[in-house]
Amino acid sequence: MNFSEVFKLSSLLCKFSPDGKYLASCVQYRLVVRDVNTLQILQLYTCLDQIQHIEWSADSLFILCAMYKRGLVQVWSLEQPEWHCKIDEGSAGLVASCWSPDGRHILNTTEFHLRITVWSLCTKSVSYIKYPKACLQGITFTRDGRYMALAERRDCKDYVSIFVCSDWQLLRHFDTDTQDLTGIEWAPNGCVLAVWDTCLEYKILLYSLDGRLLSAYSAYEWSLGIKSVAWSPSSQFLAVGSYDGKVRILNHVTWKMITEFGHPATINNPKIVVYKEAEKSPQLGLGCLSFPPPGAGASPLLSSESKYEIASVPVSLQTLKPVTDRANPKIGIGMLAFSPDSYFLATRNDNIPNAVWVWDIQKLRLFAVLEQLSPVRTFQWDPQQPRLAICTGGSRLYLWSPAGCMSVQVPGEGDFAVLSLCWHLSGDSMALLSKDHVCLCFLETEAAVSTACRQLGGHT
Amino acid sequence: MGDWMTVTDRGLSSESKTISQYTSEIKMSPSSLYSQQVLCSSIPLSKNVHSFFSAFCTEDNIEQSISYLDQELTTFGFPSLYEESKGKETKRELNIVAVLNCMNELLVLQRKNLLAQENVETQNLKLGSDMDHLQSCYSKLKEQLETSRREMIGLQERDRQLQCKNRSLHQLLKNEKDEVQKLQNIIASRATQYNHDMKRKEREYNKLKERLHQLVMNKKDKKIAMDILNYVGRADGKRGSWRTGKTEARNEDEMYKILLNDYEYRQKQILMENAELKKVLQQMKKEMISLLSPQKKKPRERVDDSTGTVISDVEEDAGELSRESMWDLSCETVREQLTNSIRKQWRILKSHVEKLDNQVSKVHLEGFNDEDVISRQDHEQETEKLELEIQQCKEMIKTQQQLLQQQLATACDDDTTSLLRDCYLLEEKERLKEEWSLFKEQKKNFERERRSFTEAAIRLGLERKAFEEERASWLKQQFLNMTTFDHQNSENVKLFSAFSGSSDWDNLIVHSRQPQKKPHSVSNGSPVCMSKLTKSLPASPSTSDFCQTRSCVSEHSSINVLNITPEEIKPNQVGGECTNQKWSVASRPGSQEGCYSGCSLTYTNSHVEKDDLP
Repeated sequence: MNFSEVFKLSSLLCKFSPDGKYLASCVQYRLVVRDVNTLQILQLYTCLDQIQHIEWSADSLFILCAMYKRGLVQVWSLEQPEWHCKIDEGSAGLVASCWSPDGRHILNTTEFHLRITVWSLCTKSVSYIKYPKACLQGITFTRDGRYMALAERRDCKDYVSIFVCSDWQLLRHFDTDTQDLTGIEWAPNGCVLAVWDTCLEYKILLYSLDGRLLSAYSAYEWSLGIKSVAWSPSSQFLAVGSYDGKVRILNHVTWKMITEFGHPATINNPKIVVYKEAEKSPQLGLGCLSFPPPGAGASPLLSSESKYEIASVPVSLQTLKPVTDRANPKIGIGMLAFSPDSYFLATRNDNIPNAVWVWDIQKLRLFAVLEQLSPVRTFQWDPQQPRLAICTGGSRLYLWSPAGCMSVQVPGEGDFAVLSLCWHLSGDSMALLSKDHVCLCFLETEAAVSTACRQLGGHT
Repeated sequence: MGDWMTVTDRGLSSESKTISQYTSEIKMSPSSLYSQQVLCSSIPLSKNVHSFFSAFCTEDNIEQSISYLDQELTTFGFPSLYEESKGKETKRELNIVAVLNCMNELLVLQRKNLLAQENVETQNLKLGSDMDHLQSCYSKLKEQLETSRREMIGLQERDRQLQCKNRSLHQLLKNEKDEVQKLQNIIASRATQYNHDMKRKEREYNKLKERLHQLVMNKKDKKIAMDILNYVGRADGKRGSWRTGKTEARNEDEMYKILLNDYEYRQKQILMENAELKKVLQQMKKEMISLLSPQKKKPRERVDDSTGTVISDVEEDAGELSRESMWDLSCETVREQLTNSIRKQWRILKSHVEKLDNQVSKVHLEGFNDEDVISRQDHEQETEKLELEIQQCKEMIKTQQQLLQQQLATACDDDTTSLLRDCYLLEEKERLKEEWSLFKEQKKNFERERRSFTEAAIRLGLERKAFEEERASWLKQQFLNMTTFDHQNSENVKLFSAFSGSSDWDNLIVHSRQPQKKPHSVSNGSPVCMSKLTKSLPASPSTSDFCQTRSCVSEHSSINVLNITPEEIKPNQVGGECTNQKWSVASRPGSQEGCYSGCSLTYTNSHVEKDDLP
C-alpha cells in the first residue's frame, strides 16, 4: 500500500472524475484538478467564494462548484480552461445543485424548496419545476440517466413526478400513499422506484416506472421506522434499515421480506468471525529511551499501533445508550451498503457505533463483525471487488475483505484524521480526506505490497 | 359331730362379729374379693384360703360357720347343707353328702371360673394389646390427619395467595392493556392532531411559499441569470428537439420499451432458472426411477394393483418425458404430466420408505416381543458370536495360564506358589483332573497293549522255535525218506515220539502256559478290553484262531494225530484239572504238529504269516 503526499483541502471537497482520470479538490475558493496517476495539477480554477459543493459532470468534462451562501454556481470546463459559466439564483437562494445525467443541465434547488431550476448549458432554455419536496433524498436519477424521479409536495400530499431527462418532459405524476415522504431511490435497473415514508411510520412503497404501485411493505407500527434504504446492485434485493436495529431484505419478485438481520450487542454464534481492533502502545524500554531514534521516522514508531484480533465468542459489543428525548436518536441502522457484486452487505447500527457488520447475502447470514476502537465514520465498498474501506476519524484506514482485515496507519507528519474516503472506480486507489488535507492511497497487488512498504519506509 | 358343735359354740361370740363383717364385706363387694382372689397366685391363694378359713372357722364356731355357709350356699342356689328336717324344732343335721357335693360343685365351679378367668385374662391381654395397637394407630393417623390438614391449609393458603396474585396480575395486565390501549389511542390522537397541525402549518407554509415565489419570481429579478461564455454542444452531439406531442409519445414508447426490456430480461432469467430446475427435476426423476426399478418386480407382485399400474405409468411417463421436445413445451401442457408423475413417484417412494419403516419396526417388534420365534439367521449369528466369544475366552484363559506359569516359574516362594496354586480356577482344576484321568486310562491301555505285545512276541518266539524244530525234523525225515522208505516210517514215529518226550513236552507246556495264564491274571478287571486288544493286533494268532485252525486241521488229519497222540495227551489230562482252556492250550502243540505233518499247505500258509511278524 502506497500513500501519496498530502494536499490541502477544505470542506472535504474532493472527487474523482467519473472516468477516473482526474481528481478535483477544493481549497477555499480554488478548485484544483489533478491527474490521478501523476498527481500533477492540470487545472486550477478560482471561484468567487468559498466552494461548498462540487460535482463532476457524467462525461467528466465539466465541474460545477456551488457557493450556497452566495446563491451561485460556477461551472468549469476541463477541455477549455478559459470557458466559464456562472449561474446566479439571485434572491431565491440556493440550497442544492446537481448535474443532470447528461452533463449539460444543472438542477438548482432554491431556498425553501420553492422550485428547481433546470439550467441548460446547450441552450438558453430554463425550466422550472415547482413544489419540490424538502426531504432527505428528493431527487433521484436512473442509472442509465434517462429518467429522474422527483418527490413533490402539493396540498399536503406527496407526489412523485418522473421526468424524461433528455427533454425534461413529465412522464408520470402520481401521488404516493405516504404521510411524509422522506426518500426515493431508483433500483439500479431503473424500473422500480422505492419510496419510503418518514421515520414516524414504517412504510416503503415500490412503484414501477409507469407509476403503478407494485407493492407496499410495513414491518411494524407505532414505532420509529425506516432509517436507511439500499438497493443491491443486481436490483434483486432491497435492504431496509430501521430504527429497531434490524435490516430487512425484500426480494424483487414478490417484494416480500426474505429475511431480517438483527444487530444484537452480543454475538454468540461461533461461526461468525469478530475482528476486534486492538491498540498496542509501543513498549518504551530503556534502550529506546537511551537511544531515541532520530528523525521523523520515530513518530510512527512512537505512536500506538493497532491491529485486528479475532475475538472469541461470545463477544459483547460496545453499545451507546440513546438519548430518547431528543430528535434523531442514535439508534437503528444508519448506514448500509451492498458490495458491487451484491454478495455482501455492510451495515452499521447507530447505537453500536464502533461496529461494522458484514452480511453474507448468498447465505443470508452474518459473516463478520468488525469492532473498531472509535465510532465508524464512513465505509465504502471497492467498486471492483468485495473489499470494504472503513474510516473512524482516526489516522488509520481499515480494510476488510472475505480473506481478512487489516488496519493501515496513514503516514505523514502529525495525525492524518481520516474523516471520509472515496474509492477510485478502478479500485486501485482511494482518496482519504481529513479536515484540511487529502491523501491518495494506492492499493497494490499482494506481490507489490512488500516493495511498496519498503518504498514507503524510505519515503517517510 | 360333737366336735363341730363344740367348736362352733366356743368361738361363736367372739367371731360372729368378724363373720358378719366379712359377710357384709362379701356382700358389699364380692367382685373386689373375687378380684383379690384372682390376683393372687395359686399357692398363696390356697394359703390365704387356708388362713382365711382358719380365721373364719374355729373350733368354737363350727355350727355358726356351717349355718352361715349353708345360708350362703342356699342363697347361691346350692342345695342346703343340712338334711331335710322333719320338724322345725328338731335340730338340723349336716348332710355330708350334700356338703361334699357342694364342695365338689364349688371346686368344679372354681376350676371353671379359673379357666374362664384365664381365658378372659388372655382375651383381656389380647384386647389390651389390640387396644394399644389401635390406639397407636389412631394416634398416628390422627397425627397424619393433623399434618395433612395443616398441609392442606398451607396449600389452600398458597392457592389463595396465588389466586390473589393471579387476580392482581390479571388486574395489572388488564390495567396495562388498558394503558396500552389508552396510549395507543393517545398516540393515534396525537398522530392525527400532529398530522392536522402539520397540514395546517404546511398550508400556511405553502401560502408563504407561494407568496415568496410570487415575490421572488415576479420581480423579474435581474440577478437570476446564467452568465455563460458560449453554449456547449450536447453530449450526444444531437441538437435539442422541440417538445411536441410526438416527443411525448416517443417518451412513452421508450418508457414502455424499457419496462418491456426489463420484463423480458426477467422472464429470460426466470426461464433459465426454470430450465435449470427442470433439469434438476429430470435428473431427480431419473434417479428416482433407477432407484425404484430394482424393487419394481417385487412390489408389483406383492403390493396391490394400484401401485403396479402406477409404476407402469411412471415408466411410460419417463419414456415420454425423457424426450427433449417435452422441455420446449409450455408449462401448462407439461406441468400436469410432470407433477402427476412426480407425485406418483413420490407416492411410491413414500410407500416404499414406509414399508421399509414398517419392516424395521416389525423386525424390532419381533425382536422384542416374540422371543420364541428367533429367525434362523439370528440364531446362527448368535451362536457364531457366542462361539467366537468362547474362543476368545479360551485364548484369554490360556494366556492367563501361561502368565501364571511364568509367574510360578519366576517366583518360587512357597507362599506365592501355594497362593498361585490356590489361585487356579476351579474349572481349570477340573479340566486338569479330567485330562489326568484320561491320561491315566491311556497309560493303562498302553500298558495293556505292551503286555499283549510282549505276550505275542513270546508266543511267536515259541512258535518259531517249534517250527524250526519241526522243520529240522521234517528235513531229517525227508532225508531219511530219501534213503529208505521203510526206515522212514519207523524213524519218523520214533523221532516224533522222541521229540514229544516228556521233558521237552513238559517244557513246552510250561512255556505255552505262562503267557496264556499271564494275561488272564493281569486282565482280570477288563477281559473285554483285552480280547479286543489281542484281536486288533494284526498278526498275532489268537487262541480262538488257533482253535479254529486246530479243529480244521484235526478234521484233515484227525486219524493221524489221534493215532499218534493219545498217550501224550493223557498224562496232561490227568495232571491238570482239565479246564477247556487248558485243554486247548495243551492240545495245541500236538494239533499243530499234526497239521504240519499232515498238511503241508496249511503249514506254508502259517509260515508266511509268521514271517510277517516282526
